Amino acid sequence: MTTAPGHAIVGESVEKRYGRKRALRGVSFTLPRQGFLLVTGPNGSGKTTLLRLLVGLAVPTKGNLSVEGERSALGYVGHEPLLYRELTAFENLDLFGRLYRVPERRERSGMLLERFGLWEVRADRVSTFSRGMTQRLALCRALLHDPALVVLDEPFTALDEDGSALLDRELAAMSGERTVVLSTHDPGRVASLATHRLVLA
Amino acid sequence: MSGIALYATDVIALARKDLRLELRARDTLPAMLLFVLSTLAVFHFALPAGTDRDAAYGLLWIAIIFTALLGLARAWAPEREGGALDGLVLAPCDRSAIWLGKSLATLAFLGAAELVAVPAFALFFAPVDLVAVAGVALASIGICAVGSLLAAMAAASRGREVILPLLFLPLAIPLVVGGVGAGISPNGATYLSFLGLYDLVFAILAWATFEYVVTE
Repeated sequence: MTTAPGHAIVGESVEKRYGRKRALRGVSFTLPRQGFLLVTGPNGSGKTTLLRLLVGLAVPTKGNLSVEGERSALGYVGHEPLLYRELTAFENLDLFGRLYRVPERRERSGMLLERFGLWEVRADRVSTFSRGMTQRLALCRALLHDPALVVLDEPFTALDEDGSALLDRELAAMSGERTVVLSTHDPGRVASLATHRLVLA
Repeated sequence: MSGIALYATDVIALARKDLRLELRARDTLPAMLLFVLSTLAVFHFALPAGTDRDAAYGLLWIAIIFTALLGLARAWAPEREGGALDGLVLAPCDRSAIWLGKSLATLAFLGAAELVAVPAFALFFAPVDLVAVAGVALASIGICAVGSLLAAMAAASRGREVILPLLFLPLAIPLVVGGVGAGISPNGATYLSFLGLYDLVFAILAWATFEYVVTE
């Protein structure tokens, strides 16, 4: 995918329809490399649709959307964890690490599990995890391959106070280092990190 | 590592993941084994003694096709739960590796069911020769190649339980013709060639089109 020089993402009148239902109406925006885009809006305004378009899980019905980089440069946390429930935490990261060609994937997986407070449960199946633990593991999976662009769809969902504080720290560390797109219903939480805002109606 | 070696390791990792999931959940293979055995047992008691051998071969294929359908209906269930298929689609590996890994895992399950079904058929109905066994093996490759693609299509839809048989059964007709032909015809080799050609054509088609099935 190609973008204008210096820009990680360029969207021009991006629209998405599912049949007759318009999920996203004519959105235009740009985001420079290492920018932090905060996407807000009420339920049904198209936040998730926009983020799925950004990562390539959906294609726009109208308009142009260019995202810099290959699939390997993209980390995504969606509404679903994108994990295998009957594999353990470590097996999930090992599988995705292999598919993403992560060098020293076992060491990297271990480091992330430690960082996100999941090391003790690394050998437990995801189906035994709470929603918050699953969300932490989804964040590990998204960051496993050290992506240049991180797309997070309401990442604070299901996280407890400790988990949210941990994610705050991760986001602060990412800010200025990676390009970040984050949708949330609690914009105050990350307002200080955001360099750009997109409000969907 | 070369491109082909990387592709092969992706396929092996994906197929191994399915085998591991089945070893833990045990919700596909036991059902397939039980189904194929009970179907053949029901046919055995339902048909009059001295039923024609040729007709009996048709029953073997009914049992195999519906056993395969049972396995295919569950094939993408782990990917549906938790959105894991999106995770695979986003990974930078070749998307056809996802199809091939799934096809190989499904083939392993179907092969295990056939390891039980063929001796059971020989016990209940008629002896099975090597050409017939080769027919079963070749048809199984076709079943899994086509079935894994169609099951992925069906998995994305709301009425997946209905859609999969509607898509799969018409495309399985040539496999039944080839499989039965290999078992009963004096020109079994011709039917084996036909099955080999079917496998080749449909495996290439499925390999090339899978990407469009799992993306918009």
